[in-house]
Amino acid sequence: MQIVFEKPKALSDTPTHYCPGCTHGIIHRLVAEVLDELDITGKTIGIAPVGCAVIHFNYFECDVAQAAHGRAPAVATGLKRVNPDNIVFSYQGDGDLAAIGTNETIHAAARGENITVIFVNNAIYGMTGGQMAPTTLPGQITQTSPYGRDTKTAGFPLRMCELLATLDGTAYAERVAVDCVKNILKVKKAIKKAFQYQIEGKGFSIVEILSSCPTNWGLEPVKALEWLRQNMIPYYPLGVFKDKEVSR
Amino acid sequence: MAEKVLMKGNEAIAEAAIMAGCRHFFGYPITPQTEISAYMAKRMPKIGGTFLQAESELAAINMVYGAAAAGARAMTSSSSPGIALKSEGLSFLAACDLPSVIVNIQRGGPGLGGIRPSQSDYFHATRSTGHGDFHMIVLAPNTVQEMFDLTLEAFDLADKYRMPAMILGDGMLGQVMEPVDISRGNNIKTYEKDWALTGTKGLRKRNVVNSLYLSAEELEVLNFQRFEKYKEVEKIARTENCLLEDAEVVVVAYGICARIAKNAIDTARQNGIKAGLIRPVTLWPYPKHQLKAAAEKAKAFVVVEMSMGQMIEDVELSIRCSRPVLLCNRTGGMVPTREAVLESIEKAALLKGEQNADSI
Repeated sequence: MQIVFEKPKALSDTPTHYCPGCTHGIIHRLVAEVLDELDITGKTIGIAPVGCAVIHFNYFECDVAQAAHGRAPAVATGLKRVNPDNIVFSYQGDGDLAAIGTNETIHAAARGENITVIFVNNAIYGMTGGQMAPTTLPGQITQTSPYGRDTKTAGFPLRMCELLATLDGTAYAERVAVDCVKNILKVKKAIKKAFQYQIEGKGFSIVEILSSCPTNWGLEPVKALEWLRQNMIPYYPLGVFKDKEVSR
Repeated sequence: MAEKVLMKGNEAIAEAAIMAGCRHFFGYPITPQTEISAYMAKRMPKIGGTFLQAESELAAINMVYGAAAAGARAMTSSSSPGIALKSEGLSFLAACDLPSVIVNIQRGGPGLGGIRPSQSDYFHATRSTGHGDFHMIVLAPNTVQEMFDLTLEAFDLADKYRMPAMILGDGMLGQVMEPVDISRGNNIKTYEKDWALTGTKGLRKRNVVNSLYLSAEELEVLNFQRFEKYKEVEKIARTENCLLEDAEVVVVAYGICARIAKNAIDTARQNGIKAGLIRPVTLWPYPKHQLKAAAEKAKAFVVVEMSMGQMIEDVELSIRCSRPVLLCNRTGGMVPTREAVLESIEKAALLKGEQNADSI
């Protein structure tokens, strides 16, 4: 019998703990496929964030350090400076990367730290049960913005790719979405490019992935993807915001 | 005789770290420890090491976490308000059993406080270093030579017991210059680190550095295991004693205060008071057995410290409050004088052994 589809070798056999319809599973798979294709699992070190992906060390077959909330880019910096030949990637959510860890994110990029950041933006704090995130859209209802995010008191969402693209140390910043098959293929392409840039020593690379959270958005999985397409993509436009090779 | 080098206390720490094999230093500027960063910035690029000035104390300690997880000898240094920011990372380092060295050159507090020497982070170092059940090794030098020697030792103990170790100095020790014999730095022991994150290379199962345990049962077992290890670490508790044999008044002081106390007990002896000194070299583990043994002969204790009275609690606990304990203290960046210590010794000499200090 011919095998036409199988699990990437960089993923373990452990069933994930993610909610039904959550897109973390797809993103994990895409990262693992890239690790397989570039044949780098054996020299890769992942950083697990605080957030829904906190126990991703159970799923990836590479060495993993779990980091304090928001500190993944600093932990990645320490690991990378000791062994520059290792491939180091952090996998972070919006609260982790764009609220408590904004400082670490911006400065790792500013230093041109040769690491890769997989940024999963689902506009909500998932693990703690659906609170307002730095990327929660204006008017979006969450547990801590029950009347919708009021920009008069809660301010405006952060567009991290646009922000990081202004920094000279950022080699590559692209925003993609996992809302449909066509876009999922683009997500993989972006992840692969980010890792390749690290292999080539180009500097800081980040892939922001617009993602859904059916459980905390209170939507069925398919409806959640539609909501992402209709609401998130207009606010967070997809595309490449920085590519050191192209701008040269 | 080995050749001696004239060094500032802060520089002695930096040089000892380099001789101990530390090639990864992550710092953030704060007075009065900045010479450590400056020394590292100058030396590290020349020996293939990393000096990185982080964006914050939080980032610096988490870079240490990453470097330690990779198996390297890594260090960060700061002073009181900066050390407070490192608390998060210290808890994570302890929780993941990661060897690392942290230097606190204390200044006056609370808040921004001042920039003059202090010992008011004793509680923070020995009690409330961060959230959760854990300890770190705390070493207290009292000379520039000891800044050097204890830094070497801190790296060794951290690796040996797989836990963070702190050098607890103060602004005076950091700034003072004294001759240092650095020859001891030529004999460094290294440790196998098969737990380090270096990539599986396809040859082993993945290594994970983690402190999250959603099973309370599992976390409880791990905490008990770590405290079993701490029982072993408690054996390294040590003091330097001075004229203790027949001492009726025992002065307990660490760091710069111990040097002042040493002068005071000499004068007290000349005045006919049998005074002696216990200088804890390890603040955690605290040398409680040494203190308890001294209480058998002593009539009273005097604790000299640059805080509102923090180590005094460990002295009282160690001797089970069996003798009166007087506090001779300055705070906010002020340093006790020999005369003030002498006065406290004279006061203590008048006390009867059983009398409680509270009733004086």
